[in-house]
Amino acid sequence: MANDPIHQFHIQRLFPIEVGGLDLSFTNSSLFMVATVAAASVFLIFATGGRGLVPTRMQSIAEMAYEFVAGMLRSSAGTEGMRFFPLVFSLFMFVLVANLFGMFPYFFTVTSHIIVTFVLSMIVILTVTIYGFMRHGARFLNLFVPAGVPAALIPIVAPIEVISFLSRPVSLSVRLFANMLAGHITLKVFAGFVVSLGAMGGIGVAGAILPLGMTVALTGLEFLVAFLQAYVFTVLTCMYLNDAIHPSH
Amino acid sequence: MASQSNSNTEGTHEVIDVPATEHGAGFPPFDSATFASQILWLAITFGLFYWIMKNVAVPRIAGILEDREDRIAGDMAEANRLKQETDAAIAAYEQALAEARNKAHGIASETRAKLKADNEARRVSAEAEIAAKVSAAETQIAEHKSGAMEKIEEIATETTSALIERLLGKAPTKTDLTKALKTALN
Repeated sequence: MANDPIHQFHIQRLFPIEVGGLDLSFTNSSLFMVATVAAASVFLIFATGGRGLVPTRMQSIAEMAYEFVAGMLRSSAGTEGMRFFPLVFSLFMFVLVANLFGMFPYFFTVTSHIIVTFVLSMIVILTVTIYGFMRHGARFLNLFVPAGVPAALIPIVAPIEVISFLSRPVSLSVRLFANMLAGHITLKVFAGFVVSLGAMGGIGVAGAILPLGMTVALTGLEFLVAFLQAYVFTVLTCMYLNDAIHPSH
Repeated sequence: MASQSNSNTEGTHEVIDVPATEHGAGFPPFDSATFASQILWLAITFGLFYWIMKNVAVPRIAGILEDREDRIAGDMAEANRLKQETDAAIAAYEQALAEARNKAHGIASETRAKLKADNEARRVSAEAEIAAKVSAAETQIAEHKSGAMEKIEEIATETTSALIERLLGKAPTKTDLTKALKTALN
């Protein structure tokens, strides 16, 4: 059971809640969502509590996170994009903290479930679509007609653009989900090799050194992936928001 | 991967809180029975998180960064102002220095010109004086010379007359003597 690499993704009910036949239980996933939000909020609020002109270390980390996301958003969506800053910053912090929480042994990785990443990416896509239509009306559809394309090619290009637009929430959510899932499975599999080889005695213990080294290296890699995927998710969000603000390419 | 893990899961677990029977997929991320709960709790937690970020964390960090930027901009402006003051003071000092130098230069050249003019005037007057003295002396010399010549003639006449009287015993006539002396002296 301990060696089952899928076990870590199981959802367990902690407080069963059922409304109209719909299972809305507070699960381990919900617990870690709460933990993620609590940790990120508490950190950001307490770190900036001093409002120091010269930042403390913690405040400096909070400021770095802010400026990192602000820089991303400003460079891809311009100053106008800054109106979406609270959303983009929330997404970045939520995904980053959830990913990093997943790195603790026995912790549940919220972002390893496709429904979570899909909901997050739907928030992005719906924001883009609704804001795009609210601001530009039908001109938002220019998004599907790239400027400078000969009129004859528009019937071919426009459907491709529509498909690419529709596939955005899928690619956005699957990328994050698959990275977290695959990383955690790989880590668990290699760690499992260490245990099962170690149980075989002398030669097995010697042979277990290789997967142990792999596990250590993969742990490092997974920390990188945890950050990188939060970054990628945020960068793509910024680029999609840019489409809502400036629909004509 | 899903099918492989599927068999794996079923083999090792009998206790799964969420019933995985009706959808066939024992793979938890694809277990749609958990979707509603996850969506609900994600909406609650992420909504709360968004509210906290929008109303507390983001304005606060933005305020801190803005304060710092203002402070830095203020300090920079103050530094610039002080620098300009310093530059102005240096410029004023240099101008004063240049003026003083010009003035000194003017005074020096004026003095030099004055001295030169004085010397020149003195030299000219001295030269004039010398020239007058020279000419006076020259006239005197000429006078003396002519006087001397007359005296020489007189003496010569007297001497010659005396000599001839002694030699011949008889004094020559004045006209003859004068005539002869003139021939001899010239």
